[in-house]
Amino acid sequence: MVDFGGWDMPVQYPAGTIKEHLRTRTHAGLFDVSHMGEIDVKGADAIAFVNKLTSNDVGKLVDGQAQYTALTTPKGTVVDDLLVYRLAPDHLLLVVNAGTTDKDWDWIKANHAGEAVELNNVSSEYCQLALQGPDAQKILQALTDVPLSEIKYYHFTHGTVDGVAGIISRTGYTGEDGFEVYAPANQAEQLWNKILDAGETGTPTGVLPCGLAARNTLRLEAGLALYGHEIDETTTLLEANLGWICKLDKGDFIGREALARQKAEGVQRKLVGFEVTERGIARDDQEVLIDEERVGKVTSGSPAPFLKKNIGFAYVPVGYANAGQEIQIDVRGRLVCAQIVKPPFYKRPK
Amino acid sequence: MANVPEDLHYSKDHEWVRVEGGEAIIGITDYAQNSLGDVVYVELPKAGDEFAANESFGSVESVKAVSEVFTPVAGVVAKINEALADEPEVVNSDPYNEGWMIRIKMANPGEVDSLLTAAEYEDFTKAESE
Repeated sequence: MVDFGGWDMPVQYPAGTIKEHLRTRTHAGLFDVSHMGEIDVKGADAIAFVNKLTSNDVGKLVDGQAQYTALTTPKGTVVDDLLVYRLAPDHLLLVVNAGTTDKDWDWIKANHAGEAVELNNVSSEYCQLALQGPDAQKILQALTDVPLSEIKYYHFTHGTVDGVAGIISRTGYTGEDGFEVYAPANQAEQLWNKILDAGETGTPTGVLPCGLAARNTLRLEAGLALYGHEIDETTTLLEANLGWICKLDKGDFIGREALARQKAEGVQRKLVGFEVTERGIARDDQEVLIDEERVGKVTSGSPAPFLKKNIGFAYVPVGYANAGQEIQIDVRGRLVCAQIVKPPFYKRPK
Repeated sequence: MANVPEDLHYSKDHEWVRVEGGEAIIGITDYAQNSLGDVVYVELPKAGDEFAANESFGSVESVKAVSEVFTPVAGVVAKINEALADEPEVVNSDPYNEGWMIRIKMANPGEVDSLLTAAEYEDFTKAESE
């Protein structure tokens, strides 16, 4: 067990990270992500208020739809990345990272300037279980009357799972199809056990409980950013290839001016994916060299269990940020060759 | 419960030593491989490299972490387990046999007497996991 934003969480379950990772790609994995924070925003100005704080356009959401976005600083850097769920025209739920929940909550309150919204940090009221993988729908369907096939990607519905009322959302952080279920915190254990049972855990193709390490390797293969690694308050969304969640023409929001300026002038550095091309594993924070010059740092580096490669993300000067560019990584004093590739490293078969 | 063979010597860094003549065969213990999780990469020295006792001779990497490995005895590397380059997972599946790492020609064969016995190592790991 490790401390993760104040939560005691397993790095891996008995099967081990590689089996957990592979089972999620081929069948299903279950993740207890109850540590994620939830902030409830309710009132006539809910959409306008969240649109002021975030870079994507909340105005584009319909009831029952979710959106990936970021809380931005005036510099266009990232306070946190999050999902916004539209429960009703005057009611949004923000799902934020565990380690940043308190910071986000303070940030949101500090930027509340009289808009007609009621803000509540409801993190401790919810559990969140993520069932991910090609078998996720079949497994969850056995526990709910909600027709899951009708829920589109990045949409959700209210419903019951094993009699427990909650939110069923077709979202995830693994690159697989899957669902995230939000329910009352005191139902977490019942839901966890029922989903494992329904997924025939313990059998060779059954669902496996997965820990933090597999969550990290799965999101990395899928080319997804992790707060505190690829993005933080020193990196802008444009540098992190998150221009697609910067809706600069939606109206004003915190950081819009800085992002518009940076977009016009061009970024100096850029986040890139890389594959190690010789023996060695790149790890977080190791330095990147190009033509013998130290030009950047690895933000996430790890073996990729499904691809059977060693991959990672790094920031490099924008002139080098091209697929095929050869780089070197200083792996504890040994220079290891790698090549820039365009993420995602893994894309699920349709 | 971790497997701790009777006939080996152990270090507090969780390496084991098997003495054959004047040579020491070194690997990591069952307890160590279990704590590390899936081993995906093992970096070893070259034959002929010389190490002092308790010096780092390489590293073992799991998906999540890198751990250095230390030689409990001083000497010159006579041989390394080349097979670990392609099959690092045998460190998990067979840590005391197929998963051996290096073979050292001992500078001072008496050094092994200062290492832990199987019983002592077992007590040490129990205390460490409490």
